[in-house]
Amino acid sequence: VFSTKYGGKHRVLLVPGDGIGPEMMFHVREALKAVRAPVEFEEISLNSKTACDSLIDQTVLSVKRNGVCIKGNIETDHNNPSSQSVNVALRQRLDLYANVVRCKTLPNVKTRYQDLDILIIRENTEGEYSNLEHESVSGVVESLKIITKQRSMRLAQFAFEKAQKDGRKKVTAVHKANIMKLGDGLFLSSCQQIAERYPHIKFESMIVDNTCMQLVSKPQQFDVMVMPNLYGNIVANVCAGLIGGAGIVAGSNYGQNVALFEAGTRNSGRGVAGQNSANPCGMLFAAGNMLKYLGLDEHSSALRNAVVNTIGERNIKTIDIGGTATTSEFMKHVLDELHHHTPEIGTFFE
Amino acid sequence: RLLSHSTAQQLRKVTLIPGDGIGTEISASVQKIFEAAGAPIEWEAVDVTPVKGVDGKFRIPQKAIDSVNLTKIGLKGPLATPIGKGHQSLNLALRKQFNLFANVRPCKSIEGYKTPYDDVDIITIRENTEGEYSGIEHTIVPGVVQSIKLITEQASRRVTEYAFKYATSNKREKVTVVHKANIMRLSDGLFLKCARESAEQYPNIQFEEMYLDTVCLKMVQDPSQFDVLVMPNLYGDILSDLCAGLIGGLGLTPSGNIGEAGSAIFEAVHGTAPDIAGQDKANPTALLLSAVMMLRHLDMFDYARRIEQACFDTIRDGKNITGDLGGKAKCSEFTDEICNRVKDLQ
Ligand SMILES: Nc1ncnc2c1ncn2[C@@H]1O[C@H](COP(=O)(O)OP(=O)(O)OP(=O)(O)O)[C@@H](O)[C@H]1O
Ligand SMILES: Nc1ncnc2c1ncn2[C@@H]1O[C@H](COP(=O)(O)OP(=O)(O)OP(=O)(O)O)[C@@H](O)[C@H]1O
Ligand SMILES: [Mg+2]
Ligand SMILES: [Mg+2]
Repeated sequence: VFSTKYGGKHRVLLVPGDGIGPEMMFHVREALKAVRAPVEFEEISLNSKTACDSLIDQTVLSVKRNGVCIKGNIETDHNNPSSQSVNVALRQRLDLYANVVRCKTLPNVKTRYQDLDILIIRENTEGEYSNLEHESVSGVVESLKIITKQRSMRLAQFAFEKAQKDGRKKVTAVHKANIMKLGDGLFLSSCQQIAERYPHIKFESMIVDNTCMQLVSKPQQFDVMVMPNLYGNIVANVCAGLIGGAGIVAGSNYGQNVALFEAGTRNSGRGVAGQNSANPCGMLFAAGNMLKYLGLDEHSSALRNAVVNTIGERNIKTIDIGGTATTSEFMKHVLDELHHHTPEIGTFFE
Repeated sequence: RLLSHSTAQQLRKVTLIPGDGIGTEISASVQKIFEAAGAPIEWEAVDVTPVKGVDGKFRIPQKAIDSVNLTKIGLKGPLATPIGKGHQSLNLALRKQFNLFANVRPCKSIEGYKTPYDDVDIITIRENTEGEYSGIEHTIVPGVVQSIKLITEQASRRVTEYAFKYATSNKREKVTVVHKANIMRLSDGLFLKCARESAEQYPNIQFEEMYLDTVCLKMVQDPSQFDVLVMPNLYGDILSDLCAGLIGGLGLTPSGNIGEAGSAIFEAVHGTAPDIAGQDKANPTALLLSAVMMLRHLDMFDYARRIEQACFDTIRDGKNITGDLGGKAKCSEFTDEICNRVKDLQ
């Protein structure tokens, strides 16, 4: 059962990034070793200090070659107008058009609302992140938001396919088409058009400000949510906060033949870096999603279950979700769970 | 300031736009409570139902515009969305007339109205004239739309300065500027720069910068860490609704639109509730708290405090609360209870 589909190892690019990224990647490696996943990493140390055109080129090439990447966040110095976000550059150059973040309440993590399981699907390459800005005259700045029919349709299609595959019942499109009549209007009409092809999935739309109010007062009403880039940033963070914070949420980015896995809220966690206190769950879930994408379903469930059991049954939690464990204490239990759940037989590549 | 604390006993004239639906009932309630509190406000009620002009176009009656022009301060109930297009909306007319550049929404948990969040005390201040609401959009080629977000130094400075001024006069400790300058480096960068420069002039107010996404994340986890937030138009639209959601929705949140030279319009953000209109069932709290904001804007801090406390005490007590809060009281009973309490408060 525990074998590779293709008789060899999967090669994956690993980019530790900034902040807690390197620590988290260390734990990911440990976990994959323990679950005996047939995965081999190529590592590129692209981060805010090392970023340059040639290293970004090299990273893009490597993701294209390997098809899969797991990555920590790379910080942007927003005080330097010429430093563009490396994260955005990678997403655009790899055309990672769909970002998926699942916010599901975990057992034994105290939250204000229980039983949430919201799947956020976000346009990942255009909108407000188009990087088209200019100062027309001194003190007057125009920032362009680009919405295209092609990308909106492609994302909506992705969302409904995903909803169908996961057995979801409802898709809610989030927009501000009452103000941005053309731009968000185009996004909304694209979603409506695709929705018609999926008559068994309920389709709704909601204005983004109301959506946020609903999320904090009646979040159980949401199932799958699909939206343009910036609203995705907002909604994913609201939902992450609802289920316990940035430390426990994973995010996936999908392109035509490539996928990139990272923390759901894309924090670098600079404030908790180097303290052995950060929560590794989000990145472990990201690794789990990566394994699933590689077709390693059993390894993926074993990893996910190990993390969930550590929190739920063993009651071991890091401080951000109300526990007292350090990162390494938490990991010790996860690895132990993994040893229990990983069958003796199977291939151990090392 | 138009009125200083020492001269607060002088009557201050204010334009009252009672509004439609439940508007008349809740406006009457506010007037009654103000009278019981002895607040030195003289109301000038005006009708803003659009009238047909000689050119056949519908317009806000000139009398209403004149009144607000004179008083500079308005309190406004909910208005029905006017049928028959083509006339300028009141909001737009007022916004243009007074350059209402900032929208201010205090969100404070109301004891006695339980939500999962009970420690909210946040002021959102939203730039109200530009940003994503510039309305400039075009289809470049079929299937490709460009929307322009406009950020100017003048508007950014004006609203961030106001945030610090507000924090100072309302005895708040911290102002957080909400931005996304890691992505929109020039536009949000400009807003951020203006906020930093405004902050320098107010060394007694703590200043903090935070990404929009981080604010969203932290807001739903622990809203008590926030105090005053200032931000560009769209972020303000979203966060002000999110904060309202934390305390139980728009039905309880007041709002103020601040303009130039001390002018301001205060309003309840909720609708006209046609289903309960005319039945003495409406909850006047949002309009009352908007009127309390107005008193503070006019530096009538003591009246504001007494009325606000009488309102909160009545809700906490729970015996005379309206249906939306889970009680059985009529609007008039709720109002009478607040009147009784406000008389006793020092
Ligand atoms: N970050 C993510 N990106 C994309 N898809 C995700 C993500 N997180 C979860 N999913 C999807 O959710 C579904 C179930 O997730 P997964 O297999 O990770 O958990 P599970 O252990 O099966 O959870 P459950 O028992 O709730 O189904 C899968 O279709 C998976 O692809
Ligand atoms: N894996 C994690 N475990 C615990 N906390 C996390 C984790 N990732 C992010 N956080 C927390 O989520 C919040 C937002 O993260 P973000 O990276 O934006 O913060 P930062 O600016 O890097 O650091 P800080 O705000 O702590 O100075 C922070 O409070 C951070 O500490
Ligand atoms: Mg950060
Ligand atoms: Mg709104």
